[in-house]
Amino acid sequence: MSSASPVSSAPSPVSTAPSPSSPAPTSAPAPAPSVVPAYAADAPGRLAGFADATASANALRRFLHGLPGVDAVGLEARAAGLGTRSVKTTAKAYAIDLAISMIDLTTLEGADTAGKVRALCAKGMHPDPTDPGTPRVAAICVYSDMVAVAKEALAGSGIQVASVATAFPSGRAAHSVKLADTAEAVAAGADEIDMVIDRGAFLSGRYMDVFEEIQAVKEACARPDGSRAHLKVIFENGELATYDNIRRCSWLAMLAGADFIKTSTGKVAVNATVPSTLLMLEAVRDFRDATGVQVGVKPAGGIRTSKDAIKYLVVVNETAGDDWLSPDWFRFGASSLLNDLLMQRQKLSTGRYSGPDYVTVD
Amino acid sequence: MAENSAFAYAPAPESRAILDLAPSYGLFIDGEFTEAADGTVFKSVSPSSEEVLAEVARAGEADVDRAVRAARKAFTSWSALPGAERGKYLFRIARILQERARELAVLESLDNGKPIRETRDVDLPLVAAHFFYYAGWADKLAYAVPGWSPKDGGGAGPRPLGVAGQVIPWNFPLLMLSWKIAPALAAGNTVVLKPAETTPLSALFFADVCRQAGLPRGVVNILTGYGDAGAALVAHPDVDKVAFTGSTEVGRAIARTVAGTGKKVTLELGGKAANIVFDDAPIDQAVEGIVNGIFFNQGHVCCAGSRLLVQESVQDELLEALKRRMARLRVGDPLDKNTDIGAINSAEQLARITALAEAGEAEGAQRWAPPCELPSAGYWFAPTLFTGVTQAHRIAREEIFGPVLSVLTFRTPAEAVEKANNTPYGLSAGIWTEKGSRILSMANKLRAGVVWANTFNKFDPTSPFGGYKESGYGREGGRHGLEGYLDV
Repeated sequence: MSSASPVSSAPSPVSTAPSPSSPAPTSAPAPAPSVVPAYAADAPGRLAGFADATASANALRRFLHGLPGVDAVGLEARAAGLGTRSVKTTAKAYAIDLAISMIDLTTLEGADTAGKVRALCAKGMHPDPTDPGTPRVAAICVYSDMVAVAKEALAGSGIQVASVATAFPSGRAAHSVKLADTAEAVAAGADEIDMVIDRGAFLSGRYMDVFEEIQAVKEACARPDGSRAHLKVIFENGELATYDNIRRCSWLAMLAGADFIKTSTGKVAVNATVPSTLLMLEAVRDFRDATGVQVGVKPAGGIRTSKDAIKYLVVVNETAGDDWLSPDWFRFGASSLLNDLLMQRQKLSTGRYSGPDYVTVD
Repeated sequence: MAENSAFAYAPAPESRAILDLAPSYGLFIDGEFTEAADGTVFKSVSPSSEEVLAEVARAGEADVDRAVRAARKAFTSWSALPGAERGKYLFRIARILQERARELAVLESLDNGKPIRETRDVDLPLVAAHFFYYAGWADKLAYAVPGWSPKDGGGAGPRPLGVAGQVIPWNFPLLMLSWKIAPALAAGNTVVLKPAETTPLSALFFADVCRQAGLPRGVVNILTGYGDAGAALVAHPDVDKVAFTGSTEVGRAIARTVAGTGKKVTLELGGKAANIVFDDAPIDQAVEGIVNGIFFNQGHVCCAGSRLLVQESVQDELLEALKRRMARLRVGDPLDKNTDIGAINSAEQLARITALAEAGEAEGAQRWAPPCELPSAGYWFAPTLFTGVTQAHRIAREEIFGPVLSVLTFRTPAEAVEKANNTPYGLSAGIWTEKGSRILSMANKLRAGVVWANTFNKFDPTSPFGGYKESGYGREGGRHGLEGYLDV
């Protein structure tokens, strides 16, 4: 209870949390995330036991509709209950550093320029110039045409480059265009691909089309050397509308080979919510119990404050558990969250709140 | 336990500073705090630490008589007030309860042993809600009785009964007080209330709330004491209405005492509720409901879902999920804001739970509890699960009133109904299924006062509560709760 540092076996790059009573740590910089992430190895057994479920469009529909239902009231009550956990002192310091290390620092604007992306990369490498002990973020997330810029800016830092692809954010493009988008991003050096599913196909019940498209994008993530970019599958929960749909979509994506499942694009009215993230964490937990394959979860959009981020970490902790409390298995898709985490971090080490001018704009 | 996690929550204790606890308290009679006639006192201890919180006067027969006479005297003017005026007092009490919610939540946690997150998030909001709800009824009593309307003209409208003698248990001290006092006052009665001997303090703080609200003297009287005081109160010839929540055994004694006296009586007694999980249930939410059903308030809940009836086809899956969830429950200091399960209310109750759990093992059921370090001082019992339980086991028949869940199985809906109803009790039941028609058909067949569907242990002042068979008679809460305090 006294130590808030991660257990030694955890692959987390988080630095040891500073004691709240000690001054700002001046120790060596936090170790960079492992260059080769402990992503889900593509276990050949992923589909073993589920081969029947994906044998035909009808079988897949029957399987997905046979998953346990979700009671919306109960799910939301559980999420709200976890939101009342009181995370203070050492636990808060641990959570803040962990949250920083889990951020996919994101710029997804039509107006993005190479300069903007380079600035974001610098911010990801040195989130708080006044404290070199601050952990780095997990990844920089950009559009596919910016991957090369980010890759160059981040060279040697160990920070991943994530690229949204497949006609992000709408997903409304020809299949071949989506695959080309993905392949271009991978060729430009993307370590991670954030794809969007075809929500229209999902909502009209064409689950097999969605399944096959995820599989095809996964193929497109392959590199010439046989390795593969890491695939995150974005559901856009706000458009899937029901919790039952979100559970079905989680299983669909995991069966098709998703390394991560992600709540949303951040571009619609309803993005990440605590209940939907809780539900997806239950799905990855159950999927690992059934297959032995671990899949990550990434809530994205609308998570702006440390308090929110800590609520999500509590949900991870109490739903999927320790094994997911690492940037290899849980990410925050966010752009403005980082500065609030940094301000809270400064507050913990100095005892005073600073202000927005004491953290960098990016 | 959660402490094994890399993300260990640092202690987050609620401050006691808000609470101004005096070393001793008297009885609250006729608007004044007063010593017991014979001067005897007893101690109220905190079950989580065995610390003595305060000394409290112990009421005897003479004090009961004094309090009933005060209530009788106050009844004349209180019942003559226009309903809207009585409503104002109740609204005022409700608002003061909200203002002092944090103070009362801390007090209740200390005195009862229940976690602050429950007193803060469940008890106190509901306590205030009951006063607000019945405040609204005070000037609408003519509409409280179905079939009678002031427009009909004929006959007298509903009238208050007189002096209500009320005896409440230790599991929800303030909430049970609000269930009893709010409808009684709204209907125009005056009350003498005896809280349980292990949790007398919040009732005395409520007495202070009444004074703060300017409630006329004698309308509410609080007698702290033991069972003898409760018995004297129930037997007092000038008490017109008896309301009791507690054990079935005491309920029987009260029913015998009151029989033939013309006193109105309502009893809320024990339960051994079935929580029925079908194979199409929303499993993750069912697990939450099971946990909330039996581990809420350390299982010190008369309507607790203490018998889990699970369909055999999902038994393994459900139990695995349930055990995983139970291993996440945090047992410990009730004042820590992250505590899920607090202390057992008293050494006697702990002994009873321990004995029944041992009987479960002796009769061949399999016992399981998560690894769990319990504090050394105070009274503690780890959340416990028994599998392989049958209807013939004592732990499936008797109310344990602790964090102990008995798991039984069934194969068909008919068997579930048969087993659920095969109990001397009938207070509550739960159904978990995604099928709406099954919820309705099961609810019609279950002999229980409350049937929850895809949820458990949800309370609301507008909803009547009460049981069948040995779970008692009469209803509290809602419009139905007023009828027990009205002469129609």
